[in-house]
Amino acid sequence: MDALEILFTASFWVAVIRIASPLIFATMGELICERAGVLNLGIEGIMTAGAFAGWFTVYSGGDLWAGLLVAALFGAMFGLLHATLTVPLGLSQHVVGIGVTLLATSLTYFVYRLALPEVTSPPKIEPFQPLPVPGLSSIPVVGEALFTQTPLTYLAFISVAAVAWILYRTPIGLAVRAAGENPSAVEAQGISVTGIRMGAVVVGSALMALGGAFLTTSAFNSFFFQMINGRGWICIALVVFGSWRPGKALIGAVLFAAFDAYQVRLQQISGGIVPYQVFLMMPYALSILALILVARRAAYPKALMIPYQKGER
Amino acid sequence: MRLEPKPSPSLAITLLFPLAAIGTTLVLTSILVLAAGASPLSVFYLVAKGAAGSQFAFLETLTRATPLIFTGLAIAVAFRAKLWNIGAEAQLYIGGVVTVALGTGALPLPSVVLVPVIMVAVMAAGALLLLGPAMLKTRFGVDEVVTTLLLNFIVLLFVSMLLEGMLKDPMGLGWPQSQKVIAEAQLPRLIQGKRLHYGFVIALASAVLIWVVMKKTVLGYEMRAVGLNPEGARFVGILVDRTLMKTALLSGGLAALAGFSEVSGLKGNLTLDLSPGYGYTGIVVAMLAMLNPLGVIAAAIFVAGIFVGADAMSRAAKVSSYIADVMVATSLLTMVVAILLTRFRIRWR
Repeated sequence: MDALEILFTASFWVAVIRIASPLIFATMGELICERAGVLNLGIEGIMTAGAFAGWFTVYSGGDLWAGLLVAALFGAMFGLLHATLTVPLGLSQHVVGIGVTLLATSLTYFVYRLALPEVTSPPKIEPFQPLPVPGLSSIPVVGEALFTQTPLTYLAFISVAAVAWILYRTPIGLAVRAAGENPSAVEAQGISVTGIRMGAVVVGSALMALGGAFLTTSAFNSFFFQMINGRGWICIALVVFGSWRPGKALIGAVLFAAFDAYQVRLQQISGGIVPYQVFLMMPYALSILALILVARRAAYPKALMIPYQKGER
Repeated sequence: MRLEPKPSPSLAITLLFPLAAIGTTLVLTSILVLAAGASPLSVFYLVAKGAAGSQFAFLETLTRATPLIFTGLAIAVAFRAKLWNIGAEAQLYIGGVVTVALGTGALPLPSVVLVPVIMVAVMAAGALLLLGPAMLKTRFGVDEVVTTLLLNFIVLLFVSMLLEGMLKDPMGLGWPQSQKVIAEAQLPRLIQGKRLHYGFVIALASAVLIWVVMKKTVLGYEMRAVGLNPEGARFVGILVDRTLMKTALLSGGLAALAGFSEVSGLKGNLTLDLSPGYGYTGIVVAMLAMLNPLGVIAAAIFVAGIFVGADAMSRAAKVSSYIADVMVATSLLTMVVAILLTRFRIRWR
């Protein structure tokens, strides 16, 4: 097949949307945290924990939706740990974030070994099945790509709309945005900056965990070590690339996924002339490139990474 | 709730809180040991015995501590200037690449010349690898955390490519591994027949040297000033961006030495499992040491002891050795809280 023809096939775009889905969840999660003023580097570990928690719940006989709920709860729990250390205690968000990632990852691996001591190859579960939307799914290419996905992908897109609506159309969203821009203004309204920031980190972390759980309950059907493989760090780049706006971040995630899906197919066409590692490097290199391109006009939330103490100016 | 600064803490308090952090870590992780159906006391005893219970065990701990001293120093130097280098893992692997590129026969030199030449080249490569993200930070304002993290993945794939291409050992039976370094490029063993090698001595010397740089030189003063208050540092005439560049060069070079020491001193060749995350564990080592270069030695030996001890323990007690990773991660978080409590008092009203 010709390298350009790929771009016009429905199967390619179906794969793009599937690859984008976990990134969308986690990017929305990180975006909420950062809009409230907290950089959450726990994302990589929280996604790992979510991937395992969701999968293990289903493996132990739970419903797929119960798996998602458990994943979100574990994400929220690690989010609460991160928030407690970084918001009221004001500890370095870099160090705590890396600490939460190391802790969530190692705890996940420990529990995996504890629960499944004897397994050599990871056991499989019955994952979410595609649920074509009647009518819409028969539109060529675009309809197929968007509407023959699993329920979880639809949920990912709904989460973007929900985050955008909450951030821009509700009082609580205004408080979240203000907590990341001008926390004293929030406090002047009689709203607790600590409460808003902690809430944002807890909810955001739950979304990150759903992104992880997507991998084990929708994209694949089992959990294996190192399966997040830097996706969390890529999501942090996507938030910057999307200038902290849900819609733009969604476009970024889909563009990124398109690039990722394309490099896999190019790799197959190239027939081994170029080492496969070069293709695998591209998504990470692209993320760095995207950061450089937007850096000049990046409008960071003004209070990002600045701890807030009541009564201090 | 608010935080009130305390008067500068006494030495006793400064030493007491890290111990309290380690104690808290033991209590928290004993929950996991209980969940695994074992007795915490016997498990922790087995870990301690496996780490330092015999001459063999302790030498193994020191061997494992060697790369952690280098990466711990790299992080301590960078974090002191608030340069968030999370890419020590990549710098370590680049150090390994340069070691095998020059040390497998390309340079026919006697050992006294070859080893220093390789070390200089290794440090230059690691330094340049971190210079990129540091320049992106100062020139474009790109957050170095994300760029250094992403570079870890890129560099590991690059190493994988080299090990299946240019650096592949033709006698390696198809495994992705490099040739062994020649005898002249090896660091000798410290004790005949044991694994501990001269890399450990170089690590100790580096720690002392970095301590001198941080405490007694203008560069060290500038780095601390930039870390504490970049605006203030600029105001008193410190070139902040240039200081960050120097910090990056020093930090990247130190992390790369970990790769050199592992290849030349211990493994002999480069493989994709050269480091089980020494770059990331270096962050924990640096924080446990409260970013003090001499403290890094003690912290690295402590953390290495947990890993070596947990390996021995898991063979005897059937508790997964991942408990070591949990303990190390937990100790990072309890330690940052402990450091906070030495400096601030929490007032609930």
